[in-house]
Amino acid sequence: MSEIKYIPKSKLAQWFDKRLPLLTLSHHLMEYPTPKNLNYWWTFGGILTFCLITQIVTGLVLAMHYVAHVDHAFESIEHIMRDVNYGWLIRYVHANGASMFFLAVYIHIFRSLFYGSYKEPREVIWIIGLLIYILMMATAFMGYVLPWGQMSFWGATVITNLFSAIPFIGESITTWLWGGYSVDNPTLNRFYSLHYLLPFLIFGLVVLHIWALHIPGNNNPVGIDVKKNSNETMPFHPYMVMKDLFALLLFITLFLWFVFFAPNALGHPDNYIEANPLVTPAHIVPEWYLLPFYAILRAIPSKLGGVIFMFAAIFILMLLPWLDTSKVRSAIFRPIYKKLFWLLVFVVILLGYLGAKPPEGIYLILSRLATAYYFIHFLLILPLLGRYEKTDPLPRSISDPVLDKPGMINKFKKVAVTYEGENASSFK
Amino acid sequence: MLVLLNRFFIVILIFLVPFSVFSEEKKIDLLETNWSFNGLFGTFDRASLQRGYQVYQEVCSGCHSVQHLSYRNLSEKGGPEFSIEEAKAFASQFEIEDGPNSEGEMFLRNAKLSDKFVKPYPNIEASTAANGGAYPPDMSVLAKARAGGVNYIYSLLLGYEEPPIDYKLDDGVYYNKYMPGNKIKMSEPISDGIVEYLDGTETTKEQIAKDVSTFLVWASEPHLESQHRMGFKVIIYLIILITLVYMSKQKVWSQFVTKKNEEEETFDKIEKVVTEYEGEDPKTFK
Repeated sequence: MSEIKYIPKSKLAQWFDKRLPLLTLSHHLMEYPTPKNLNYWWTFGGILTFCLITQIVTGLVLAMHYVAHVDHAFESIEHIMRDVNYGWLIRYVHANGASMFFLAVYIHIFRSLFYGSYKEPREVIWIIGLLIYILMMATAFMGYVLPWGQMSFWGATVITNLFSAIPFIGESITTWLWGGYSVDNPTLNRFYSLHYLLPFLIFGLVVLHIWALHIPGNNNPVGIDVKKNSNETMPFHPYMVMKDLFALLLFITLFLWFVFFAPNALGHPDNYIEANPLVTPAHIVPEWYLLPFYAILRAIPSKLGGVIFMFAAIFILMLLPWLDTSKVRSAIFRPIYKKLFWLLVFVVILLGYLGAKPPEGIYLILSRLATAYYFIHFLLILPLLGRYEKTDPLPRSISDPVLDKPGMINKFKKVAVTYEGENASSFK
Repeated sequence: MLVLLNRFFIVILIFLVPFSVFSEEKKIDLLETNWSFNGLFGTFDRASLQRGYQVYQEVCSGCHSVQHLSYRNLSEKGGPEFSIEEAKAFASQFEIEDGPNSEGEMFLRNAKLSDKFVKPYPNIEASTAANGGAYPPDMSVLAKARAGGVNYIYSLLLGYEEPPIDYKLDDGVYYNKYMPGNKIKMSEPISDGIVEYLDGTETTKEQIAKDVSTFLVWASEPHLESQHRMGFKVIIYLIILITLVYMSKQKVWSQFVTKKNEEEETFDKIEKVVTEYEGEDPKTFK
């Protein structure tokens, strides 16, 4: 990366920057060259950073009022909702914030899948991103347990019980996770502790994620490398900052719409019933963002198999940069992959729908088909497709598509016709 | 290969769509009424909340607790808005155990505004034992704890029916159209004229069900009115802010757009040059 070396103006700033180059860092962040053709799907990185900070700040305040004890947890949530000043607002922002965080992360991941952002040289960004996603799921799951409602308790019971499927040591691991022989006060306490810790690990990984991004720079919708510090890039500030801010505000509007006008729409009503170990809810379902994996878990007839496939569904993504053998990044130039991408989106949404349904009859059959397709897509189709797919010709630079505006083409054609008569098509 | 995959894609779609439609479960539509608290500007009907409190006290409170409400809530803004004196009077009708006093003794005293609603039973076991083995749920967040919310509560209250012929019911179990599984251990709680409203409102079954349902929505969401009010302001603020940010963004990006125009100009120049050289052998032109 050849950037112009930054030297602060004042002597004091130079003195400081030599010892700790914070000013150089901020200069780098502001001048960071971004491809000029990024579309709005690229604004979700900023949106996700906003989500993380919102969750940490609201969570910090909630932690001041929450009591992590099986006898008081549910009551303390109601205390926050009723008696803490604007407690209802803070809690609803935190609870809906989790859903919004996942909504944004799914868009972010699928954007990466569509434009091939996980491919060389961005494999490490992709893997760090997946680690963030895994930690997010763990954090969200533990956070959902804290209100100690029926879904909290039974969700925790179902998920922790998965570990008992591990041969020989499974039972001991489950007991160790619980801190006892069932989900109880020790479980709640450790989940609270971890729920507080994990967001800061995520924060650290986000720093690495951005650092890793700043080495090769952004991918872009065309998926070909850009020349840095040329007219193909523009400084992050103010161009991308303003664009990200605009997108972020639109996202916040959706977010706050849920907070103020449908705060419980994304939750399960059963979680407003205090946990009761003696009464099992009719259907135990996780939060919507975990449903596709829940469907995979239940699609496999054996418990251990289900657990293996569920984790495999996540970890398979880590291998994606090597499973996808196509050298072309963007789906724009991959006609078959583009269709299969949308099929995958459909299958994942279908799995989410099936995860909310009881695992019987047609739901179970569909779950199995969708699970099979999910793995076939990554393990079979992608490696072969890269070899056999006939991709469309790539433009030489990202400026080419910019010139592909009808007016420009016509001008070229006019010039070409003037020169070559009828052989205009040969003009390049 | 492309054609094959295309077909594969379409076949999968055709295969999946009818099944997902076909497999929708049969659902009974819940009763609905015109709730004043729904929508963007929804507020509670004070009179209905006050009547609802009366219904709760006279009909429900024998078995159902509302343990997360305090008596002071009755006089707070956005609720039934009884006067402080009225709320104090309501509270003082109940006795609660307090203590220990300086002698180390527990004692009984009248409830105060700061106390939580007094529970009909000391614990879940006692209430279960007293109600034929079915625990009457606490109603603090009931309106949020049932699928269908307030419509479900309203429907359930009005959903008592004679069971279909051949339908077996045990003693102390009743048939309710809207209860999942249709069996409920609570006998029909309300009927026409079961309470007498002070404001002269007609005491039909529907009216009583509506009032007490409204009360339960407020009990589960005491800040609903300020939530709606703040939400509306926030959305308006965001719309203004988004407009401003969008305009600033356009302004900032216009410099970039100008650059694009420059590119266009360059090509115009090329075109001009090209036109000037018209007639010459194109191959010599570079």
